[in-house]
Amino acid sequence: MKKEKLNIKAALTLATTALLGCHNLAQAEPTEKDSWEFDAAFLFYSEVDRVSAGEAIFNAKKTFEDEDVLNLKLTIDALTGASANGAVAQPTVQTFTRPSGNGQYQVEPGETPLDDTFHDTRVQLNGQWTQPVSSNLTASSGVHISKEYDYLSLGLNGNLAVDFDRKNSTFLLGFSYFQDTFTPEGGIPNPLISMLIGDRNAPTWDDDFAKTRLGSEDDKTTADILLGFTQVINRRMLMQFNYSYSTVDGYLNDPFKIVSIVDINGVTQDNIYESRPDSRVKQSLYAQSMYHFDNVVLDVSYRYMWDDWEIESHTIDSRFRIPMGDSLGKESYLQPHFRFYQQSAADFYRPFLLEENALPTFVSADYRIGEMAAFTVGLKYGMLVNDGNELAFRLEYYHQTPTDAGFEEPGVLNDVELYPTIDAVIVQVTYSF
Amino acid sequence: MKTKFKLTLLVPLIVSATGCASLGVEPWERDLLAKDEMSLNASPVDSALDDHIYFSKEASSGGKSFGGGGCGCN
Repeated sequence: MKKEKLNIKAALTLATTALLGCHNLAQAEPTEKDSWEFDAAFLFYSEVDRVSAGEAIFNAKKTFEDEDVLNLKLTIDALTGASANGAVAQPTVQTFTRPSGNGQYQVEPGETPLDDTFHDTRVQLNGQWTQPVSSNLTASSGVHISKEYDYLSLGLNGNLAVDFDRKNSTFLLGFSYFQDTFTPEGGIPNPLISMLIGDRNAPTWDDDFAKTRLGSEDDKTTADILLGFTQVINRRMLMQFNYSYSTVDGYLNDPFKIVSIVDINGVTQDNIYESRPDSRVKQSLYAQSMYHFDNVVLDVSYRYMWDDWEIESHTIDSRFRIPMGDSLGKESYLQPHFRFYQQSAADFYRPFLLEENALPTFVSADYRIGEMAAFTVGLKYGMLVNDGNELAFRLEYYHQTPTDAGFEEPGVLNDVELYPTIDAVIVQVTYSF
Repeated sequence: MKTKFKLTLLVPLIVSATGCASLGVEPWERDLLAKDEMSLNASPVDSALDDHIYFSKEASSGGKSFGGGGCGCN
């Protein structure tokens, strides 16, 4: 059995090396510094009554004798289920048209409108090459390609790290650039135009639906700059500080999201497609600290993010790695995880619009850019199996609480839930060999 | 005199703030820092999976590394 496991690694090493056309194929026994390391992980994410996703990652890392590092990563994920379309719940049955225009769906009284046709599969490839340029300078560059049924993303990144003071301090300068193309089924909806609802079989339907569309695709670009500083504090402690500046331009709407227009009694009169600005500038400050107690390792980080959509967010993330010796498996450990997140709403976020008011230029009812708090609690359990390969399990619970940022709810909207909470469970298995 | 006074105040302040005098370790004191679990991104696979989840469910991304694009989930 042990031999069989080792053979898998040997076979994979051979296959990957052959694929890359490396010359050291004949080398019989790879040394510690000239060998492949593989990680295989599968994650299952499931929200109560909403989206479920499965995601698999296969990562291959090779460290060469001269300390050059090649990292290749394949990610495959599949998503299915229901997602909030942005409309408000009503005391009556509501009918919506699917994003493709092919069919409609109904939502029961009092229920948050969810589009249950959410379905996508994604394949992503990443390659990263890192090499020391001199004794104190390390350069790294990478490529990214990700393809979904209706989405293509191409990316590049590069960074330079300079070490000084006996490698106790490191400055990092990085950039990344992404070019994304969105080709949603049914095309790009025209912002602020009413969703067409009616007789799908009417002879004029296709023409009328086409009038709600702008075209078949749109794109966006994302450019990020990252400045980082890492400092060894003492034998037990390490800190990192990052500043990042990110600018996104182009199509930033979610083509599947709508906004309800209600009358003074809170009754929906119309549903229009959302309209977001075509640019966004995000900035963030990030601090992380690693601390090694006698046995336990504490990892705590804080991120403050703000953008020109007036969203501000705070994230605290902490992990506590507790070695359990050989009590729960060879060199086992438990790692509790706690994460807290809080964000304010974008300035154009509205849970609904009032019919009596003029249409704003920008509006979105997507709860993900509304006021919200969220927390994650989790536990990871890892151990060594098969001659030092690590097997780890992770179980997490994620809870989102969208909150009212002070929007007055007219009439019937008082009787329905406008800010439903979301609960999700995350299960992950990782094998490193 | 006044400038001198300010400087004498400022120098220890800078030294203590940046900790130039005492920060860092000698190469032979890196036994704990060299452990895998002490690296700033100890579980890159977990981080990648988490980033994807939170990128698609929240308005923030990046910070630790690039926020990036990469999926149509937001």
